[in-house]
Amino acid sequence: MTISIFMSNGDFDTRVRDVAARANWMRRRLLAMIVKAGQGHPGGDLSATDVLAALYFDVLRIDPAHPRAPGRDRFVMSKGHCTGALYSALAGRGFFPEEELDTYLAPESRLNGHPNRVYLPGVETNTGPLGHGFPVAVGIAIAGQIDSADYRVFALTGDGELQEGSIWEAAMLAGHRKLGRLTVVVDRNGLQQGARTEDTNTLEPLADKWRAFGWDVVGIDGHDHGAILRAFDAAAEPREKPLCIIANTVKGRGVSFMQDQAGWHHGVPSAAQYAQAIGEIEAEMES
Amino acid sequence: MSATIAPQGLFDCRDAYVATLEALAVADDRIVAVVNDSVGSSKLSKFRDRFPTRLVNVGIAEQNMVSVGAGLANGGKVPFVSGAACFLTARAMEQIKVDCGYSQANVKLCGISSGVAYGELGATHHSIEDVAWLRAIDKLTVIVPADPWETGEAIKAAAAHDGPVFVRISRMPVPALDRGDAAFMIGRAETLRDGTDVTIVANGTLVHRALAAAEVLADEGIAARVVNMSTVSPIDTAALAAAAATGAIVTAEEGLAYGGLGGAVAEWCARNAPVPMRMLGFPGFLPTGSAEWLMERYGLTADGIVAAARDVLEQRRVR
Repeated sequence: MTISIFMSNGDFDTRVRDVAARANWMRRRLLAMIVKAGQGHPGGDLSATDVLAALYFDVLRIDPAHPRAPGRDRFVMSKGHCTGALYSALAGRGFFPEEELDTYLAPESRLNGHPNRVYLPGVETNTGPLGHGFPVAVGIAIAGQIDSADYRVFALTGDGELQEGSIWEAAMLAGHRKLGRLTVVVDRNGLQQGARTEDTNTLEPLADKWRAFGWDVVGIDGHDHGAILRAFDAAAEPREKPLCIIANTVKGRGVSFMQDQAGWHHGVPSAAQYAQAIGEIEAEMES
Repeated sequence: MSATIAPQGLFDCRDAYVATLEALAVADDRIVAVVNDSVGSSKLSKFRDRFPTRLVNVGIAEQNMVSVGAGLANGGKVPFVSGAACFLTARAMEQIKVDCGYSQANVKLCGISSGVAYGELGATHHSIEDVAWLRAIDKLTVIVPADPWETGEAIKAAAAHDGPVFVRISRMPVPALDRGDAAFMIGRAETLRDGTDVTIVANGTLVHRALAAAEVLADEGIAARVVNMSTVSPIDTAALAAAAATGAIVTAEEGLAYGGLGGAVAEWCARNAPVPMRMLGFPGFLPTGSAEWLMERYGLTADGIVAAARDVLEQRRVR
């Protein structure tokens, strides 16, 4: 079964504008959600927002009315703490009502602190502990390879997450099996929970590591919507190897006081900070 | 009823596992096997030769193996993930919890050479904690079959069950049980022998020993019921109620004496129908020695079960 529901069908510039607008909405929406809940991971959400906006509003062939359709593209949020970005994308894409975002973390809410596939349509596997989602995505891609299926599989990992050994077990297997329909995006914001990745456990030379495991690698500005869409368009071409997109991003992107600050890995803006953040995001849209 | 030990000799339950898996795979192309460089120890070389694209060897990487299994399930497959039970469970515990149990992925985990089958290789290779660990994971069905027939039936039932299942597969030679027209069902215990004085609740490689113990006890005038509790989670509470009604229980398993089958029975009894119990199993990390030597050393024998039954009956009498 092939699904062919795309959000953007226009020319490239239209697609870029659509994704930019969606990302801007997601930023405002996820901050509202975090403020309402009194908890969240805004730093990582905001570094991942532009990539997720491109995936959910342009790239992924998914149908909210049939979230488990066998032929759907899969997206796995391996950095499972970044539910602000994921839930705002899923709500925006129509997997559940937007108002439900206001139940984030409330008792009995489907919007758990980490994604849950059992409760929430559109979630492919439960994540939270790091290093789980990407290997599951590899397994999905192997299923597709066995079936010669035409769906594509995407995963988003954090860069700190790459310190988990299970990531490299899966990367090795994906390279070995030449999973050409698999794309991983590394949200390379340079910060993990406590400090810079390079001060914690060095990741560089990161592209060389993926290449050494049998992957094609491209580096992009993870906030440049045109660059993101071009990378995903390239990923759609027939490929001999899996593709790693290293998205160079800024943690907390779009909110001046959060940007590149490890302290905003998790945190909640005060009322004044929230007003400032929304103002900055709206100003960016208008610029 | 009274099941007996069939006279045909001893069997390696892995053979029943792979024969059943192959038969299932012929009929259902969703069946795939996932291994960690364990084609040989899982006896899956014939499966690989017959279904070359349907055997995924992830190499020596158990965490990835379990996650890949969850991914294959997401892609519509019914993956049977086979590896030495000691590594499959301990190494990939969080993957079993999150990617299989919590995600309710349709993954079948097959722990090969479980218990103390690798006796001489030492405690690193003993898988005696597995049942205790895995029965703590919600939504995960845990099955410990007793003989070749039950192993095959458990594999069929696992394939038909929508959700994650762990099947513990022994390589220790065991006899087949002659039980007449039996039917296997997940979550249902099998009463192999009726009795009113004491109930022996066993599974896996201890079931035939429990039957032999019941014969010895019968000669002493003690009527022992023998229950094969092959599904540890979810446990058959009706069978436990009947066991408690006999007034005394002995549990016997090729695993820890706490936390596993014995622990599950004790928890239920403590909450519902406290009765004197003895829990036979291993005390913890074990010394080197053959599987049979270890079983003998720690009383996991017919004689050990007989002694435990006498002991628990004595306790009941004193009370």
